[in-house]
Amino acid sequence: MNLADVWFVVIAVFWTGFFVLEGFDFGVGALHAAIGRSEGERRSAIATIAPFWDGNEVWLVVGAAAIFAAFPAWYATWLSALYLGVVLLLLALIVRGVALEWRGRGRGSSWRGAWSVGLGAGSVVAPLVLGIALGALLAGLPVDADGAFTGGVRDVVTGFGVWTGLTLVALCLFHGATFLAIRTTGPLRARATVWAGALGGVALVAVAVLAVWTVLISSPGWPTYALLAVALLAIVAALWSARRGGEKRAFVATAVAMAATVGSLFASLYPDVLVSSTEAAYSLTVTGSASGEYALTVMTIVAAVFFPVVLLYQGYTYVVLRRRVGGEPTPADRSEEPHPVAPGE
Amino acid sequence: MDATDLARLQFASTSIYHFFFVPVTIGLAFLMAVLHTRWHRTGEARDERLTRFFGTLLLINVAVGVVTGLVQEFQFGMNWSAYSLFVGDVFGAPLAMEGLAAFFLESTFLGLWVFGWKVLPRGVHLLSAWLVAAGAMLSAAFIMAANSWMQHPVGYTTDPATGRPVLASMGDLFTNPVFVWGYVHVILASLVTGAAVMLAVSAWQLRRGRRTFLTSALVSLVVLLPSSALALGVGSHLGVIEATYQPMKISAAEGQWETCQPCSFSLFQIGGFASSDEEPTKILEVPHLLSLLATGTWDGEVTGLNELQAQDEARYGPGDYVPDVGVQYWSMRVMAYLGSAFFLLALWGAWLAARKKLPTSRVFLLLATWAVPLVLVMNTAGWLLTESGRQPWIVQGLMKTADGVSATVSTGEIVASLVAFFAVYLFLIVLDVVLMLRFARRDPDAPQEEPADDDRDTPVLSY
Repeated sequence: MNLADVWFVVIAVFWTGFFVLEGFDFGVGALHAAIGRSEGERRSAIATIAPFWDGNEVWLVVGAAAIFAAFPAWYATWLSALYLGVVLLLLALIVRGVALEWRGRGRGSSWRGAWSVGLGAGSVVAPLVLGIALGALLAGLPVDADGAFTGGVRDVVTGFGVWTGLTLVALCLFHGATFLAIRTTGPLRARATVWAGALGGVALVAVAVLAVWTVLISSPGWPTYALLAVALLAIVAALWSARRGGEKRAFVATAVAMAATVGSLFASLYPDVLVSSTEAAYSLTVTGSASGEYALTVMTIVAAVFFPVVLLYQGYTYVVLRRRVGGEPTPADRSEEPHPVAPGE
Repeated sequence: MDATDLARLQFASTSIYHFFFVPVTIGLAFLMAVLHTRWHRTGEARDERLTRFFGTLLLINVAVGVVTGLVQEFQFGMNWSAYSLFVGDVFGAPLAMEGLAAFFLESTFLGLWVFGWKVLPRGVHLLSAWLVAAGAMLSAAFIMAANSWMQHPVGYTTDPATGRPVLASMGDLFTNPVFVWGYVHVILASLVTGAAVMLAVSAWQLRRGRRTFLTSALVSLVVLLPSSALALGVGSHLGVIEATYQPMKISAAEGQWETCQPCSFSLFQIGGFASSDEEPTKILEVPHLLSLLATGTWDGEVTGLNELQAQDEARYGPGDYVPDVGVQYWSMRVMAYLGSAFFLLALWGAWLAARKKLPTSRVFLLLATWAVPLVLVMNTAGWLLTESGRQPWIVQGLMKTADGVSATVSTGEIVASLVAFFAVYLFLIVLDVVLMLRFARRDPDAPQEEPADDDRDTPVLSY
């Protein structure tokens, strides 16, 4: 296994990790206004992701930067071909990020309402566009022998890409619902499980269609089949757990489903990084696009040192802030203030 | 305007805008950690409220800093795909490391700092504050290493098959003199920025008799005085370094068309900014000062733009290698004069503080409050100086800017993105100013309104 292959896997891990983590941020952001019946419930929903969303978003930044560093041709061709799509993605992420930070800073209901719309819209548009972008890699873009994009805007919005986007949105909503179920209390908690049941059904259909479509367009190897099977089984497991009150298991299952789905995309893509719809021989490949040995070696060392540390302290954040929003204090809680009992407990 | 001009306009405007918020984040994160340390040691509620007060301002500002940073990360591939392909082997690595080592640190611990207020052990909470500051400063290191490589490419070999630079030594990127001095300069400028913001807010509050803010005013002055002084010195030395590697940048900044020895420093001039108009019609200059600044010697020589142009044409072929002299000249002076002004402001403030007259010195307090926009102008001028001064190169000596643009992105698409970013960014900065002003004017010692609903879960810092 050479370093180029290693970095393809590392990039797949970053993007998979991004969707597993930011996936529930997108889901909660998209759901909050509808699933929260009062302002208090909406704020509770947002409070479940507020400490984590920024750190989760860094996975995307690192995922994109890793592509730039390890496979510059992939980064350059992909982002310039998808130009307006990337603009839309960025606008969605900008509005969403600012909404999460600023919504609570005004008292008026029109202020909060407007930011809720922005948060919801951004949380749906972002995974949708990312799905279109990722799907385009596998479905293929018109790329010539020099690796240059020869198409227009219409070429980047492929049917497979759109379905990938819709599937990711469905998975984010499902994943967001199971996350709310483990992080909230009272009526919101119960409602989250009910909604997860419905959303999971949609996700199941979406992933099933995506699975068939993936196999048809890419004739992949056994890892792809395995991952797609795991994804489908995990969704079923999540639905089953949710129905029986196994909230934590449902969340773990949706996380696995998300990871397996995104992972299957990268598994199908390998050894290409960007398929050419003009001619298979023109596709950008792992070996053809990789940076030099020295750069890859340095980055491997840096990643090997920092990535475990990142996992540790990001993990610590989730552990130490695990108290349910509106719930009883955990042993980690050191507040000396009296805690009012939340409604419904 | 053609596609190259539009792409340049977009990158320049989004970067300048991003850099309104970045130094505030770096500077205020550091100062907030200082305030938190003070609270940690005194344990007084008053110090806690002050920490939370400035923490809120930091958070409002970080929101825009983070989201505009996303645009930066993707923009290289979007508008500069030829550049990205050409330099990716060298340029991409620091960016990836920036995310892994710095952004994760900053973002994760910021969340922990805000939401762990009564949950974390006090020592861990304080550590979080310092890790946010460290993460912010560290991120600047990686991006500055990348940018410094564009100014003075080092640590690479050339791939004979593709003609592209290939990274050969990461260490060289971080020992690049342009990086070493440039990074220190940016950090100092960020400390000046954060301190200026904290001083401005404290001054406004002190004029209304809120004595709590004497603490933050003093903290900001303690940081502002050495930072502004050092920034001037480091900046001057950076100019000398850049004169070695990018003589066009420095000679253009001085409007120096002909080689001089000794060289006078032009304080102000009218005209003299174009090759068709090389002699200024009016000039106010200080003899020998440019020789001193550029070479450290009384009679030092500075090569003129005309001579440098001839050298570059001989080396690189026909073309115009002179950057925009007007932009260079004025950005350098705006930056340096404002930098000096902030040093004088800090000196004045420190003198007043030493004589215990700070809360009652109304003129100083008024000036300190209104100085904030000027610090943004100063930072912008600095970046214009260094980036515009690199033109026509996108990588000095290796790639011209015009050759780095994405050939497949149409003018129409760039216009669309320019309009979109402009509209959203305008909207954000208006709201940012509104929010910053609103929260900067609150009285942290007044009893807060009763929190509504399940406010236990609302972070302490969003009232």
